[in-house]
Amino acid sequence: MRSRRILVTGLSTYWGGRLAQTLEADDEVDAIIGIDRRPPKVELERTEFVQVADHHTLIRRIVQGAEIDTVVDTRLVIDSITTTPRKAHENNVIGTMNILAACGGAGGDRSSVRKVVFRSSAAWYGSEQDDPAFFTEDMTRRHPPRTPIERDIVEAESAVRDFAARHPETTVTVLRFAHGLGPDVRTGFSELLALPVVPMILGFDPRLQFVHEDDIAGALAHAVTHDLPGIYNVAADGVLALSEVIGLLRKPAAPILPPWGTGLVLPVLQRLGVRIPPEMRNELRFGRGLDNRRLKASGYRLRYTTRETIERLREHQRLAPLLRDAAGPYRYEREVEDFLRWSPSVRRDPDADWRPTPEQIAQLRRTLDALERDPRRIEPGEPS
Amino acid sequence: MAQPTPDHGASALAPADRRDLLPALEPERQLDDWGFSERVDRVFDRTIYEFYYRVWFRCEVEGIEHVPSAGGALLVSNHAGALPPDAAMITKAIREEHPHPRPVRPLVENFFKGYPGFSMLLPKIGCVPAHPANAHRLLHDEGQLALVFPEGRKGSEKLYKDRYRLRRFGRGGFVETAMRARVPIVPVAVVGAEEAQPIFAHVGVFQKLTRLIYFPITPTFPHLGPLALLAFLPAKFRIRFLPPVRTDAMGDEPWEDSGLVQEVAHEIRARIQEELFDMLARRESVWLG
Repeated sequence: MRSRRILVTGLSTYWGGRLAQTLEADDEVDAIIGIDRRPPKVELERTEFVQVADHHTLIRRIVQGAEIDTVVDTRLVIDSITTTPRKAHENNVIGTMNILAACGGAGGDRSSVRKVVFRSSAAWYGSEQDDPAFFTEDMTRRHPPRTPIERDIVEAESAVRDFAARHPETTVTVLRFAHGLGPDVRTGFSELLALPVVPMILGFDPRLQFVHEDDIAGALAHAVTHDLPGIYNVAADGVLALSEVIGLLRKPAAPILPPWGTGLVLPVLQRLGVRIPPEMRNELRFGRGLDNRRLKASGYRLRYTTRETIERLREHQRLAPLLRDAAGPYRYEREVEDFLRWSPSVRRDPDADWRPTPEQIAQLRRTLDALERDPRRIEPGEPS
Repeated sequence: MAQPTPDHGASALAPADRRDLLPALEPERQLDDWGFSERVDRVFDRTIYEFYYRVWFRCEVEGIEHVPSAGGALLVSNHAGALPPDAAMITKAIREEHPHPRPVRPLVENFFKGYPGFSMLLPKIGCVPAHPANAHRLLHDEGQLALVFPEGRKGSEKLYKDRYRLRRFGRGGFVETAMRARVPIVPVAVVGAEEAQPIFAHVGVFQKLTRLIYFPITPTFPHLGPLALLAFLPAKFRIRFLPPVRTDAMGDEPWEDSGLVQEVAHEIRARIQEELFDMLARRESVWLG
């Protein structure tokens, strides 16, 4: 199926914005509509932004009104460092439910949505002692989720699975991402690796795998342009030991966390300003590796390996102190965006300009005629 | 050390045709994706393994030609010693005696992944946690040699009085793994490890206190400290590789036939036991061989 009218949730996230930028470059995509609670952070040409929370009825109206055929849900919170568990639950479980309900069509009506791409996280697998070294997509988790965030992710994914079972005509893609790293991604691991000295649990050297933020956007776009029903792991090639990661960042490692009673020390560390969210506790011990061969077999070429992702992060960390106070190159101002897009005073490239169709011209004529006859009696529903 | 047990992972293995999509190892890396460090392994190989292999245990190897030169194979051995030296000696034997020396990946109980220190060291010297999915990737996708001890900890914790009497070979999970990966099983019989570090007793209280899998009393441990687990008695080692058992000609999906799996497991166990008794019968002295 060719996606032409696309709804992107979580437009203000880095990958949401980047995905919209990528889709804008595709001429076959007619409409891109982005929703989020906050304005987007990247410059967008023709994506329309609607500021809305994941409220069920509003999203359904947007989906129906714009005849959306593809929904890309990038809004899942997979890290408790950016928000409170309560808000995360609201967003991850209730929000997912609402968006799926909006995709499902009202009453007896068939929905226009033919494809749903859901951004999930490899945190779904958890991180345990008896885990395999490389998770494949068909593996199940043997232990119940340990932290609220993990529980949310498992619950959200099971809602997506139910949706897929009830709507066999809709292509449902679930992408399980490894931890994202990059200048614009803020996660527990990005914070940990930004510390001048990186703490480790004494006697453990977990194997970790990351994915560059550009590959997050790239994989989402790949899922939009290709039909990939099912679950796909998205992780860069290469699983690195934490000591190797720290070495690549040219930082000293500090094995200061005790192997027993780690949970008791974390609040103390938090007082000192080092925040390690609970879902990272097991990962710092056992790590996690993913098998990304299914994604690669689907035709996606990852741009960065895990090592290169870390190298990019190191370049960014060198630059970060110089850029700290500089404002970002782009700020979303709704009025300015609307002016630039719709005002007739703005000079646009005549070739790329919007041209009315003959029916629209005819309709406009009729309206003008009606105005000439009686300016006060314009029929409602006519284009203004 | 342990054998892989069948569980959810066994039915969820990567499809066969994706071998070419395995990530290539970047030359800049110090560890491979399993966490194996060539540098650390070389240090161990040139010092501790070399000393024990040549001087201390004076290993003698028979039937090295039964280890295939290419492709995956599952080595299956008997297991003994509180800190078993047999894995290291089998690895070293293949490196020293084989015409095409290859690395061997011992599959170890995942207890070690959860114990501080072991968790850091064991992957660096080539050990891989025993999980059916890990074994399948090693054997089938990567075509490596893997070494399992189907007796598991039941073998390494057995007391001196039970020496050379093989324990139960798990639930036959190792046979299933080899069948799925379609690789041969090479049985290995090792004589000497039982006398190198005899266990006289176990202390349950200390086991609970240290959270180890067992807390043995050996000639040197615990009274000489934890490093004393590296002190072995100079028993003479003999390692005998037996003719491989092929698993690729047993039908389409032989692992579904649990009777066949048990039969093969039993047969392999009997052959190793037989060879052990043969080797022990010919042995003149524990220390001189």
